Amino acid sequence: MDGAGASALRTALIALAAVFAGRAIAGWAQQAAAYRASVSVKSNLRRRLVERVATLGPRWSSRARSGEVVALATRGLDALDAYFARYLPQLALAVIVPIAVVVALATSDLLAALTVALTVPLVPAFMALVGIASERSTRGRWHALARLAHYFTDVVAGLPTLKVFGRSRAQIERLREVTDEYRRESLATLRVAFLSAFVLELLAALSVALVAVGVGLRLLHGDLQLRTALFVLLLAPEAYLPLRQLGLHYHASEEGLDAAGDALRFIESGPGPAGPRLPVPGLRDGELRVEGVTVVHPDRDLAAPQRASFGVRPGEIVALTGASGSGKTTLLQVILGLWPPDSGRVVIEGRGGVVDLDQVDGESWRRRVAWVSQGPFLTPGSVAENIRLAAPDAADIAIAQALASVGLGDVDRSMELGERGSGLSSGQRRRVAVARALLRPGTELLLLDEPTAGLDAASESAVLSAVVSAARTRGLAVILVAHRPASLAIADRVVPVFAGRGVTGTLTPHAETGCAPESAPAGVPEDAR
Amino acid sequence: MHALARIARLALPVRGALGLALLAGAGAAACGIAPTAISAWLVARAAEQPPILSLMVAITAVRAFGIGRGGLRYLERLLSHDAAFRVLAALRHSAYARLERLAPSGLEAFRSGDLLARLVLDVDGLADLWLRVLLPYAAAAITAVGVVAFLWHAVPAIGGTVVASLLLAAAGAPLVVNTLTRRAERRIAPAQGRLAALAHDLLAGAPELLALGATPRQLRRFADLDADLASAEGRAASGAGAATLLAGLASGGATWVALFLGVAAVRAGMLDGVGLTVVVLTTLVAHDLVLDLAPASQHLPGLSASAERVLRVLDGVETAHEPESPAALPVGPYGLRIRGLCVRYPASARDVIAGVDLDVAPGGRALVTGPSGSGKSTLAAVLLRFLDPSAGSIELAGSDATVALSSLAGEDVRRAIGLCEQDPHIFDTTLAENMSIARPGASADEVREALRAAQLLDWVDALPAGLDTPVGEHGARLSGGQRQRLGVARALLAGFPVIIFDEPTEHLDEREGAAIARDLLAATAGRTVLVLTHRPELAGAAVWSTSVDLAPRG
Repeated sequence: MDGAGASALRTALIALAAVFAGRAIAGWAQQAAAYRASVSVKSNLRRRLVERVATLGPRWSSRARSGEVVALATRGLDALDAYFARYLPQLALAVIVPIAVVVALATSDLLAALTVALTVPLVPAFMALVGIASERSTRGRWHALARLAHYFTDVVAGLPTLKVFGRSRAQIERLREVTDEYRRESLATLRVAFLSAFVLELLAALSVALVAVGVGLRLLHGDLQLRTALFVLLLAPEAYLPLRQLGLHYHASEEGLDAAGDALRFIESGPGPAGPRLPVPGLRDGELRVEGVTVVHPDRDLAAPQRASFGVRPGEIVALTGASGSGKTTLLQVILGLWPPDSGRVVIEGRGGVVDLDQVDGESWRRRVAWVSQGPFLTPGSVAENIRLAAPDAADIAIAQALASVGLGDVDRSMELGERGSGLSSGQRRRVAVARALLRPGTELLLLDEPTAGLDAASESAVLSAVVSAARTRGLAVILVAHRPASLAIADRVVPVFAGRGVTGTLTPHAETGCAPESAPAGVPEDAR
Repeated sequence: MHALARIARLALPVRGALGLALLAGAGAAACGIAPTAISAWLVARAAEQPPILSLMVAITAVRAFGIGRGGLRYLERLLSHDAAFRVLAALRHSAYARLERLAPSGLEAFRSGDLLARLVLDVDGLADLWLRVLLPYAAAAITAVGVVAFLWHAVPAIGGTVVASLLLAAAGAPLVVNTLTRRAERRIAPAQGRLAALAHDLLAGAPELLALGATPRQLRRFADLDADLASAEGRAASGAGAATLLAGLASGGATWVALFLGVAAVRAGMLDGVGLTVVVLTTLVAHDLVLDLAPASQHLPGLSASAERVLRVLDGVETAHEPESPAALPVGPYGLRIRGLCVRYPASARDVIAGVDLDVAPGGRALVTGPSGSGKSTLAAVLLRFLDPSAGSIELAGSDATVALSSLAGEDVRRAIGLCEQDPHIFDTTLAENMSIARPGASADEVREALRAAQLLDWVDALPAGLDTPVGEHGARLSGGQRQRLGVARALLAGFPVIIFDEPTEHLDEREGAAIARDLLAATAGRTVLVLTHRPELAGAAVWSTSVDLAPRG
């Protein structure tokens, strides 16, 4: 080689080095940017999903299976990585690169350019066909994982029960079925994905071969220069590569999009944003009235409660009684504004007139209400932390006093609880929840769902006298779901709650529930008043 | 990495399928490189205008390799995914089997949302260990040996360069990236676990948190954890890019050097023009082998964290110990003899139960009372061998022999002694299936009889779907009293010779409670019964053959 050739070669080599470096850097920038985009989209969806499900209220959230939602919020949305980091950038390449390659080829060899231009559109056409066929099976894979998650959560939570009945080993068989189903559905989806990748690969390979053979033959006849032939041969596969890659990532991204679609469906489900809301009137010198409230459970042909009506004033204690299933708990949730009734209404009558609960902002209403549910929610953490869920600013001494007032003076407030309050007996858990409700600042209405279940007589009387003193000295209105004489005895009024046939809407009480006591039985053992 | 090695060994039963997948993968990779090399030869050779026939073989080969690559890749993916999913299923089984041994007291070390994350999500992610790391590396290594040998044969220096650059891209790049992102990657799985646990909590307590006004604060905690996860993922993402960058540089650098050395070789007369084309292009495509390896191996620390989380479940410590050679279960009916029983929870400094004595004759009715928190449920856990006592003895007296409870297999103990839990778990299925857990082969009449004794039959009969009514997650569609009575009905149906009722009348009013107490004592006539309760009125509900009060003395 002569000097000019060597210098040209040197220039070419330097240019080549620059091209390689540029390519590597561009690859890095593209990946980093894509992953970052995916991270922020996932985080956004995750937060909105959990926020939505956490604020939907029991009527809607009871339909969301917690294991599925958790799986969706974590692994489900992770599949979006594939969409953002691989599919989207590839989609852009798949549009730009084939056009660029055809244009570049056209400058040196029109025939090869034409061959590529005619065969490239076949790839997306085939992809669309495969895509239509596989859409249903992709849904299968993600849903199978969600089912697995739900099944697993349910069985692990029920393991103690299964073990009692000697059925825990038998569940291994059932687990095998569920995991097998997951494997089969996953593979069914993937098989379609792999097959379509195969078809695309084949199509691309044949197209490139078509170009290569044409080039080779024309080269053989001397119609083509080696330089042009090499150029065409190197460039032609590049036209198909991004499309093939797109086909490869299409199915992975499909899964991510499917999960995102599910997340969005949750986010958009339930009631929409409320219209203009009225301010919540104070209960201090008014009355809360429940007027003919009925909640229908269509799947059980049941209305529970059916036409519940009563009122409660500050300083008053009303006890709700009724057989199990008559809708007492649901009624409390209606009063909380968490469960819209199917008919009837809850009103607050104050100096400013009558305001329907429907019309006020639920959150500001609930700031005046404290509720102790049947299975109080306790989270892993200390007893004090659990109490501070409702009263963030409560001082240690106030917490200690509140615990002592419900007969838990000997429970260490720094004691660490496990999940669902494990470490405490169920009666102790309930009393922690009562202490929490009593400490909640700004409370005007206290709702207690069987606060003394699981309590011995001494603890029961401590809890009840704490409730009575809250009503009498702090002027709280109290609604109490109660079964036992001691609880009924502190009530100013006892209101029976009935269930009825929901769909037919008859007035006859449900067969089983017609026997609720109309008032407190005589001869109650203790009177805390 | 030790954890990953343990997980990797789980694939031994499917090694045949994985081996085939490996061969197919290596073949597919080779088929990806060969057409480029042959095409280069074809074009370069064609320029010399040889007779057409001498090119036909190459032309056919290019096509064959193109098709072969797709076919082999398809085969590899199908085989490897099937094998990996089988391993995951086996892993889930052993994890469940372990949980089954640990339950219930050994499970308290885990939160259920986090357990879900470990056993469903972490395990699912572990598939990548085989699919994206082990198999691709092994396949690439096999193919690389062939390619390097070919290049070495042509120009030894180029072969050496490619060895160096492939090692750099496949091992060096992940090593560099791992040191950069190791901490971020390892944070991801635990962060997801914490997020799952909080999400689970938030959903389980949703209505109450709303009512307490605590939802916004809990959501802020969720957002904090989420930000934590997002920051770990973000850091890991920049690492993924860095691996691609290094692999890209290695590929470009090697091709450049190959061109440089190739030109020198042509000058030295070691190589002709056709050879140069083939060698340089082969070098370029050889790096396709490792381009995807670096980003995948970047997840190794994350996979290792997941593996450790799963293994921690598999290695969980039991709180009740099985005897090495269990004694035979005596023949019923059974009595119980408890002497000086003390129970203490592992982490606690105080006995929950301190020195309890109790004798129950076969067919006797024992009443165990005590205020809440006095250890009634703990007594039940010890009697079912869910928990080992710290001192004292429990003997099961059969008609043929009397044996220490601790010498029996846990399953045998639970065949003799049953429990109606205070807070029974209701499965998210139908009423009928919830009942059949107690006794799968029970006849419809037996189920109805148990429901009648638990005072649930009228309600079930009034349901439009009857026993086929779904009950919702944790029995959410039932009231507290209905859940309680379903638990009672289930325990009655199981027909245990000794049965412990833990607060069977909770959530029921006095009248309903007394009726159930009467009915369940009637339904268990002839069997040995222990009733644990704090409700003094039950004392008068029946004739008790013995009673004990767990109230703390002094």
